[in-house]
Amino acid sequence: MTQCHSPGILLSKASLRFNQKILFENLSFELAAGKITCLLGPSGVGKTTLLRILASLPLAGRGENKLQTLPATVKKPNPDELIVHYDEQEVVCNARIRTSDQLPLRGRLAYMAQTDLLLPWLSLLDNVMLGNLLRHVPRSQSQIDHAMHILESVGLAEDAHHKPHALSSGMKQRGALARTLMEDQPVILMDEPFSALDAITRYDMQTMAAEKLQQKTVLLITHDPWEALRLGHQIFILRGQPANLSAPIIPPMMPPRDITDEALLPFQKQLLRELDLRISVT
Amino acid sequence: MFVSRIQNFIINTGKTLLPLVFIVIVWQFIVVIDKLPPYILPAPLLVWHTLVNNVPLLFSQALPTAFESIIGLTLSVLVGMSGALIFTYFRLAREYLLPSLIISQALPTFAIAPLLVVWFGYGMASKIVTVMIMLFFPVTMTFYDGLIQVNENWLDLAQTMQATRWSALRYIALPAALPALASGLRLAASWAPLGAVIGEWVGASQGLGYLMLNSNARLQVDMMFAALIWLIALALLLFFVVDRGMRWLIKIR
Ligand SMILES: Nc1ncnc2c1ncn2[C@@H]1O[C@H](COP(=O)(O)OP(=O)(O)OP(=O)(O)O)[C@@H](O)[C@H]1O
Ligand SMILES: [Mg+2]
Repeated sequence: MTQCHSPGILLSKASLRFNQKILFENLSFELAAGKITCLLGPSGVGKTTLLRILASLPLAGRGENKLQTLPATVKKPNPDELIVHYDEQEVVCNARIRTSDQLPLRGRLAYMAQTDLLLPWLSLLDNVMLGNLLRHVPRSQSQIDHAMHILESVGLAEDAHHKPHALSSGMKQRGALARTLMEDQPVILMDEPFSALDAITRYDMQTMAAEKLQQKTVLLITHDPWEALRLGHQIFILRGQPANLSAPIIPPMMPPRDITDEALLPFQKQLLRELDLRISVT
Repeated sequence: MFVSRIQNFIINTGKTLLPLVFIVIVWQFIVVIDKLPPYILPAPLLVWHTLVNNVPLLFSQALPTAFESIIGLTLSVLVGMSGALIFTYFRLAREYLLPSLIISQALPTFAIAPLLVVWFGYGMASKIVTVMIMLFFPVTMTFYDGLIQVNENWLDLAQTMQATRWSALRYIALPAALPALASGLRLAASWAPLGAVIGEWVGASQGLGYLMLNSNARLQVDMMFAALIWLIALALLLFFVVDRGMRWLIKIR
């Protein structure tokens, strides 16, 4: 259904200033339709900020008003264009967001963060169905079956009725992935979703994610060049201040790739060079 | 399983009561050895006799105090929780009202209790208002703190899930704030009888506070102690009920 029609997304004219620090100036960034786009870059360059602009999430924290309002003012001059304008205390930001299918992005994206964000008082099953709860969708047997099916596909069927504290960190993050999949949105924004996991669990989750996220438009922020090489249809590197974007790096073959494949070696080298990582002691 | 629970209960009750028993024994010794007259310090045994022989009197005086405490507590919880919600959702209320509310807490309830009797009369109303003035603030502050300390990332997630303000409150902030609210309510429950008694001291024709003043005037210190014990029992009972209720709520949230 929606899966085959995941839109491409173009963010343009993005300018952002935190206090006196200019993070972006006239930055453009494109997410290819139905593809996984990986974004790499040094810490503090503005990757999370970029994702939050796309999701219309507040940029300078919610402060005391956290339950009160959404600070982003969203203007819509044309149906296919969205202007996000933030004017919070410390941040001035302007950006335009367009989608290739000319439909608004609002309500069509799912978000997965670095921490699992499972609510500790809900069972795993209820956590997976959180979106329906929050949108006041009545709880039906078919929804429950669907959620159970997704939980089963991430290997958590047996734990559906456990509370998060009874799960290991890898299981929690798989739960978060299940919740993200349950949303069944065409656009998925992920901010270092696997970075808190151990190497083995991370490898498993990457394989799982690549399989589940097919045909979806995905932004995957990561610190890990090998993760980008495993999962990204295209890879961008964000650098500098104000930040600019590298040319896209497009490795051969389809994700999830085998990173021991020799064809990926030159891309590994390129990524490490672009990230200014020194490989050996000089 | 069941037997071990009973064993645990007995052991825990024993641990709780042991220091009390010790104090009572020391108390009895002091009274006997120093030959203190009962109008200075009555012996525990005498208090016990007074307690047993005056059950109908004590009960009839505890009833109005219990009523004032429970109504006052209920209203404090309602007003206190509404206050917290107002401060959470209305920035203007937070900026203009919260500071003066905090300052007003420096005023001891004792100091304004006489005024309350002037304004609300000799009857139960003034006592209920005294309880409210004493209790709504801790409820407001603990609940408000619980609400605004909700994890922002949960709210981010809720926003991307198209939550409404109401559903974010109902399914995220409220359950997250329950433990904080529970500590405010426990505090309020154990203070409620104290508030009622303060109101009664200022002017009343019934209640445990009235009984205490009266006995004091007649040098019936044993009766004062008996009334005090009923007061403590009332506070413990309210605490226990609220504590159990909140534990249950936290469990099913
Ligand atoms: N509330 C704020 N007030 C002021 N500056 C902020 C605020 N939030 C973020 N910044 C600044 O914005 C910059 C970008 O932050 P962001 O979180 O987007 O970085 P990032 O690329 O995601 O880093 P990381 O890889 O460490 O997650 C940081 O350098 C930080 O100094
Ligand atoms: Mg980040």
